[in-house]
Amino acid sequence: MEISKDLYEAILNGDAKKAHAATEAALAAGAAPMQLIQESMVPAMDEVGRLFEAEEYFVPELLLAGRAMKSAMELIKPLLSASGQQMRFRIVIGTVKGDLHDIGKNIVASMLEGGGFEVIDLGSDVSPESFVAAVKDRNPQVVCMSALLTVTMPAMKLTLDALETAGVRAQVKVLVGGAPVTQQYAREIGADGYSENASGAVGLVRNLLAAA
Amino acid sequence: MSMTTPVTRSFAAPAISHLDQLRFGISPRPLTCGLGLIIGAGTVFPEVNFTLPPLTIDDATWIDVKAHYEEMAQHILRRATALAVPGIVLEFELLPAMTERPEWGAEITAILKRHLTAVHQKHQLPCALRVTPTDIRDQHKPPLLRTGEPWLRLRRSLELCAEAGADILSIESIGGKEVHDQALMFGDFPGIAFALGILAPRDMAWLWSEIVSICVAHPSVVAGADSACGFANTAMQLAHQKMLPEVLAAVVRAMSAVRSLVAFAQGAVGPSKDCAYEGPIIKAITGCPISMEGKSASCAHFSPVGNIASAMCDLWSNESVQNVRLLSGNAPEAFTELLAYDCRLMNAASAHGGALALRDWMTASDEWLSPQAAVLSPAATLRIAGAIVSEETPYRQTIAAGRAALDIVKEGVAAQKLHLSRKEHQWLDRIASALDELPAEEASLIATLEEQYGGLYDKASYGL
Repeated sequence: MEISKDLYEAILNGDAKKAHAATEAALAAGAAPMQLIQESMVPAMDEVGRLFEAEEYFVPELLLAGRAMKSAMELIKPLLSASGQQMRFRIVIGTVKGDLHDIGKNIVASMLEGGGFEVIDLGSDVSPESFVAAVKDRNPQVVCMSALLTVTMPAMKLTLDALETAGVRAQVKVLVGGAPVTQQYAREIGADGYSENASGAVGLVRNLLAAA
Repeated sequence: MSMTTPVTRSFAAPAISHLDQLRFGISPRPLTCGLGLIIGAGTVFPEVNFTLPPLTIDDATWIDVKAHYEEMAQHILRRATALAVPGIVLEFELLPAMTERPEWGAEITAILKRHLTAVHQKHQLPCALRVTPTDIRDQHKPPLLRTGEPWLRLRRSLELCAEAGADILSIESIGGKEVHDQALMFGDFPGIAFALGILAPRDMAWLWSEIVSICVAHPSVVAGADSACGFANTAMQLAHQKMLPEVLAAVVRAMSAVRSLVAFAQGAVGPSKDCAYEGPIIKAITGCPISMEGKSASCAHFSPVGNIASAMCDLWSNESVQNVRLLSGNAPEAFTELLAYDCRLMNAASAHGGALALRDWMTASDEWLSPQAAVLSPAATLRIAGAIVSEETPYRQTIAAGRAALDIVKEGVAAQKLHLSRKEHQWLDRIASALDELPAEEASLIATLEEQYGGLYDKASYGL
């Protein structure tokens, strides 16, 4: 459908205004909100992800595409809520306690959003208690934790312990990442997954949720 | 002995104007500090930087934390004396928890100074301790830079570390980063220019007047310098990961020199921070000695400037290494050896009249393999330094530095020395257009970007 193609192109080119306009036009023409997500937005972001993987896109192009998708979602979300629908999967993400670095986490959050997930970004320096509260209150399927310092990595384990103690560990998949974090460390602390880069994180989330 | 006075200096002309004067080991304004150390007077010294392995820092582990620092200092100085280094600087970069609780940072400072004093007394080793508290002022959104508990703790940390034995105070300040992070990630050049040319210099001027005043109150402490680590090194690392264009990282590096220069305008005397790859530009303009890091800092991060980074250094650093076991020994000791041999080679070259040749080989080996290296050559350094001093305000200086860096990269491409991918070429053109479109006056840029970035920063923190 031509209007959906406009939205696809607008997201691919990172043009938020055009994405907004194309969404408005599509909805006015009778397109179903979920159809726009599934047929235009997610495929566009998949292509953006592919171009990024192929080193044809840098992060700015990726984030601009995510911003364009967000501008379209501003129109679509209220319609989904009104019809009792919601995004299929929800992810809580944050940089762990004691760590103020958030660029990597922001990139992952943006890519996950672009991948069609609802992302709740808790920010940086997030305590185990805040992660637990977010899991209880927002009911996500996935929790992503980031750390850039070797001395804040242990907060990942503390957070996992807190989720366990609160009795909510089994209801979420927990992913970890950040410069000093390794696959081995992820295994040692009992995380469900590790990705060494942002684009890998999206694939990892999809695989984990598909297997769940 | 402190040479620091709280004066505001301006730099109408570079302290170094001739290429042959811009080389490792020599600075027009050598610095005496610590225990008999003179930096920039002909000899390159290792600056060893070290940190903890994965370890939670709290009351329960504090005894283990101290034991690590005792061990690291002992091992580093053992290797330094075994290799007969002519002098050494230890850098203690506080971890956030150690700045949050200033007494902790001071306690580690005292431990390290005790080790340095002992080795100085026993072996007459010239040495100094650089202490770098964490800039923890970004805890609130937007960050409050001049008021509030984080600033008070940071200031207290600086004071206590000065009292506890620091010889050089430094910081990697974050003023402007709240805007720069977002602008960089979106490749938004006006936002980058705003952060680097307007916000960061304003915070630097305020923060460094404070740091210099602390050093004046502690006469044995030198006001070292700052680093654009949170700005240009972020760009460098993201470029390394193919997340940002290298040409953008190269231009950001040159532009970031202006905000780092502000520390010297406020009375800092160096040595500049090791991770401040903009250091050569600072050295060319101020004549103050600089610390640099490159190939021997791969324990901390990768870079495309491993050799060229040492071409103009006065201290040569490893950036940061964890206290973990290697086959040879613990990593801080192993990296002390690496640095010691790097410095030996540079100092032997100087002793045999080969310093310029070695400088040029180190330059040539990297220069045209990356745009980020291209803007770090001695010739590029002088050109960017000249562009900066040709303008009067930090904003205009920042734009001038960006233009100079862009021209250097473009000329390298045109001469077919520097080869860029198609995507990098596109970004080169994009940056050129963005630079051309920047308004001449900073007030105009501030107004233009108010809607986009106004919510990210606290105006009072920047005197706006």
